[in-house]
Amino acid sequence: MALLEIRNLHVKVENHEILKGIDLTINAGEVHSIMGPNGSGKSTLAQVLARRENFQVTQGEVLYDGKDLLAMKPEEAACEGVFLAFQYPVEIPGISNAYFLRSALNAVRKYRGEDELDAMDFIPMFKKKMKLLDMDDKLMNRSVNEGFSGGEKKRNEILQMAVLEPKLAILDETDSGLDIDALKIVANGVNALRSPERAMVVVTHYQRLLNYIVPDYVHVLVDGRIVKSGGKELALKLEDKGYSWVEAEATA
Amino acid sequence: MSNVATTSRELGNYLEAFTEFAKRAPGQNQGWLRKLREDAFAYFCEVGFPTTHDEDWRFTNVSAIAQTAFRLPPEAVNVSAEQVEPFRLGGAACELVFVNGRFDPKLSSVNSLPKGVSAGSLAEEIRRDPKPLERYLGQYLNTQRDVFCALNTAFLEDGAYVHIGRGTVLEAPIYLLFVTTAGEAPVMTHPRNLIIAEEDSQATVVEDYVSLGAGVAFSNAATELVAGEHTVLSHYLIEREHTDAYNVSTLRLQQGRSASVASHSVLLGGGLVRNNVHPVLAGEGADCLINGLFIGNGHQHMDNYMLVEHASPHCASRQFYNGILDGHSRGVFHGRIIVHKEAQKTDAKQTNRNLLLSDDAQIDTKPQLEIYADDVKCTHGATIGQIEEDELFYLRSRGIDEPAARRLLLYAFASECLERMKPGPVRARIEELVNEWLFHTEPGSPEPGNAAQERALHWEEVG
Repeated sequence: MALLEIRNLHVKVENHEILKGIDLTINAGEVHSIMGPNGSGKSTLAQVLARRENFQVTQGEVLYDGKDLLAMKPEEAACEGVFLAFQYPVEIPGISNAYFLRSALNAVRKYRGEDELDAMDFIPMFKKKMKLLDMDDKLMNRSVNEGFSGGEKKRNEILQMAVLEPKLAILDETDSGLDIDALKIVANGVNALRSPERAMVVVTHYQRLLNYIVPDYVHVLVDGRIVKSGGKELALKLEDKGYSWVEAEATA
Repeated sequence: MSNVATTSRELGNYLEAFTEFAKRAPGQNQGWLRKLREDAFAYFCEVGFPTTHDEDWRFTNVSAIAQTAFRLPPEAVNVSAEQVEPFRLGGAACELVFVNGRFDPKLSSVNSLPKGVSAGSLAEEIRRDPKPLERYLGQYLNTQRDVFCALNTAFLEDGAYVHIGRGTVLEAPIYLLFVTTAGEAPVMTHPRNLIIAEEDSQATVVEDYVSLGAGVAFSNAATELVAGEHTVLSHYLIEREHTDAYNVSTLRLQQGRSASVASHSVLLGGGLVRNNVHPVLAGEGADCLINGLFIGNGHQHMDNYMLVEHASPHCASRQFYNGILDGHSRGVFHGRIIVHKEAQKTDAKQTNRNLLLSDDAQIDTKPQLEIYADDVKCTHGATIGQIEEDELFYLRSRGIDEPAARRLLLYAFASECLERMKPGPVRARIEELVNEWLFHTEPGSPEPGNAAQERALHWEEVG
């Protein structure tokens, strides 16, 4: 059974159809990249999978681990192992990074029937994961994302992913705003989490990230539809030729 | 008392109470004190309770207070140590317990006070050695402008008297617990506190208002805090009476040269609450932090009236008030800053942030800047909003369920105020109380879990 199966997904935002019939099957252990020009619906797809509520699904279904993902609340999807690394991570003043992540981890553990972790158990693990992403310990006690640089915010997303150990990780333009050093650190963090049980969806506009997180499959999303799928070489071709040739092919 | 004229029906009740009170009030043999009380009562009779036509009371209707026949509490009310136990603050330097405004030595403990600090009953101090009090008592509160202060002064009987000697540093807080035991008849209390911190001293004083038993009660407290030169002081007000209580409290801070004072107010309880904070930065280089958090639900009404007076050069004031309002509750923030002509280089800042959790909750926020000096920095800002959907989704997307995510965000919002308090037993207690509120009420849920809300209706409907 596939980990994620999207069938004929149509999604509207404020009465405007953004996704116009997406079909996509992802198996555990695979890394898929979704590429496409701005406004093609990449982020909408990512957010619908994370169960953001202001999207209206008009047709289709999404099976995650055999369950109806679209019937889940965001927290249920998260507890079931879906993780979205946000394109624009939200700043939450007044909640420390460590407290937030421990609350999140304990919510997930509780859902799975596991014991909650106290601060004594949590902190060493948290520090280890921070090291993986080359993050300063000081960020642990700072408010979530508040005053973080762009790169720190993106690293913080991957840190959360490393702590929560999801089954399906969706990275929404995690590369945007990163310089090459930060990009490598983030990619290393992501690669350390690749495993046969875990699938990843890497949403990006540019090919560069895919030099470091090498996908098994590349899909090109244009105007709410997947117009082309292929292997990692497709990303290189897009880099070389731009999106216009697939768009032309799609409309031909 | 020829100038006492009752102009309306309601005042008759107060006249009766005052006449009785005058016979037994402590220190009536002191001319100055008797005059202080009589003048205050005369002013009260002349002006009566304010109405919403009064600019300072535009958003708060006190007619329910005016129309209730409150009585002074009976002399002896027995409150046991067990009843008070849950309220106590561990780690205090001393605990003074006042039952219906009167000092209760059995419930209090003043044993561990270091040299240079005295804390006890104001009534006792008036009986023991009234003369030195003349310099302070009633010298700072404006009893000819504020009716509630006048009323408090007219019925000035007991409260805390705290004296911090020159150069004394008291690390543990002085804890003042005010218990009202409302019975069948509506009771009024007028606790009066005098806190004197001599030059170069440091201390923390906590006023905590609680209720025992249900029933209508009116606490009208007033505190004069005199911060001498180069003092560092913190004052906390915690209001957690039940929702049948009316609570008016006034904190008047008099700050000398380089005195640094923090006022923290936390309003969680009470049906109709008016919190007046009035610092006067009288000495050069003084600074004050006016920090507050008010959290309302049901039909609670919480009015915060700040009056920050800059009277000397190079003083700084910071006002930060955060409000969280759910159900049908209503909040008011009135932030008045007066910069007198001589107060050059004033640096005054005011911020009021509010979260409305329901469609029926309401906030009125009003800055009022009066600047008579020409070289000053004054800023003010207010925000009113709801819980951010983006933040909520972010937390939920990490597995935290919606009620817990809401609580976290509200706690974070409250934390902005909590974090301005020095870590220690007082802050820990306040954090506990805020958490209790968050877990108790399921904020933002359509049915506020406030059982007393219907009883609290009456004051909103009158007038």
